[in-house]
Amino acid sequence: MVDGKVNFELVSPERLLASTAVDMVVVPGAEGDFGVLPGHAPFISALRAGVIDVHDGGKVTDRIFVADGFAEVTTERCTVLAGEAVPLDRIDRAQVEKRIAEAELDLRDAANDQERARAERALDTARALLAHARA
Amino acid sequence: MATLKSLRLRIRSVRSTQKITRAMKMVAASKLRRAQERAEAARPYAERMERMLRSLASSVGGGGGALPLLVGNGNDKVHLLIVVTSDRGLCGGFNSSLTRATRLRVAELTRAGHQVKILCLGRKGRDQLRRDHASLIIDTVEGIERGLGFAKADEIGQRLTAMFAASEFDVATIVYNKFKSVISQVVTVQQLVPFRVAEETPAADAGLKAIYEFEPDENEILADLLPRNLGVQIYGALLESQASEQGARMSAMDNATRNAGDMINRLTLNYNRTRQAVITREIIEIVSGAEAL
Repeated sequence: MVDGKVNFELVSPERLLASTAVDMVVVPGAEGDFGVLPGHAPFISALRAGVIDVHDGGKVTDRIFVADGFAEVTTERCTVLAGEAVPLDRIDRAQVEKRIAEAELDLRDAANDQERARAERALDTARALLAHARA
Repeated sequence: MATLKSLRLRIRSVRSTQKITRAMKMVAASKLRRAQERAEAARPYAERMERMLRSLASSVGGGGGALPLLVGNGNDKVHLLIVVTSDRGLCGGFNSSLTRATRLRVAELTRAGHQVKILCLGRKGRDQLRRDHASLIIDTVEGIERGLGFAKADEIGQRLTAMFAASEFDVATIVYNKFKSVISQVVTVQQLVPFRVAEETPAADAGLKAIYEFEPDENEILADLLPRNLGVQIYGALLESQASEQGARMSAMDNATRNAGDMINRLTLNYNRTRQAVITREIIEIVSGAEAL
């Protein structure tokens, strides 16, 4: 561990996306964004759809969209388990719009509550993604 | 004795079979490498998920709001077996050893008075189990291999969660081939529901345990995390199974190629002998014909 840094790890089910030592990470928690600095109290949180900001050397080095997931924080590391993660600068507008259209279609064709809930979740995620693509 | 022509045809046909098995071996080898890489890449997530679950479970303890996915629903009657096999054959004993283990398990559970349901992931498992357990198979999922991603595993996980919520089963177990090496796959039986937290050396991170804060509270996170964990476990099993399948196919095809080589050698020897015999006979015929004059 590097002194005065947080070990930031971002993993998706399919692979390890990032593992670096940084100054600070801002994570979109389910009950509000929180920043993680070295020495943060041990903490586990659910995440909502939003953007993780990675701060290093006085500026934001990475901005990554996460759809959902969990964050585990200890005094020296911050591990984010993301369901889906896309760097902001790699969001493809056209593709996201297609996803929204598909999710809307699924929502309309949903046969039961379960399918409806799933389609709604997909739609919310896709919309959040689009909002960040625009920004 | 076989005629020269029929021998020649035999040799040619074995040779072309050998070409096919050799090509299949190559394909399996390259697929194996990819499958292994994927399994490797998926490991960090599973590890961290487990770490998180462990600290959550230990902090929830036997607390009031214990979740069915974690502690079970109190019953032990209906067992669901999830059998992971391949869609395609030509991979040695890969599928048969798995279905054999499944049959044993079914027999064992039935003897103990449990009801058994089977969910097949992969066509071959269904084909082989249908013979004597057709009534137990509730569904088959095919085509998992193509473009296997977490999404597919998660879908199955969500389906299990829904089935569990509807009390369609009490205990779920996954049976799959774990990749040990190219020539060896180990049939592994792993319980998924209720989830068993692996008892790991508590000394390792005892200092970190039980001092986490949670947001929202433990139960809510657990309720969110457990279904997802189900997907992760299934994904892991599918990846292992896929690597195993390619490994098994590779060694099976290697054997087949070698056997074809042996066969060609034998047939060639036979062919040459026959050819010489024919020549010898013709010479004798000519010589004795000349002598008779």
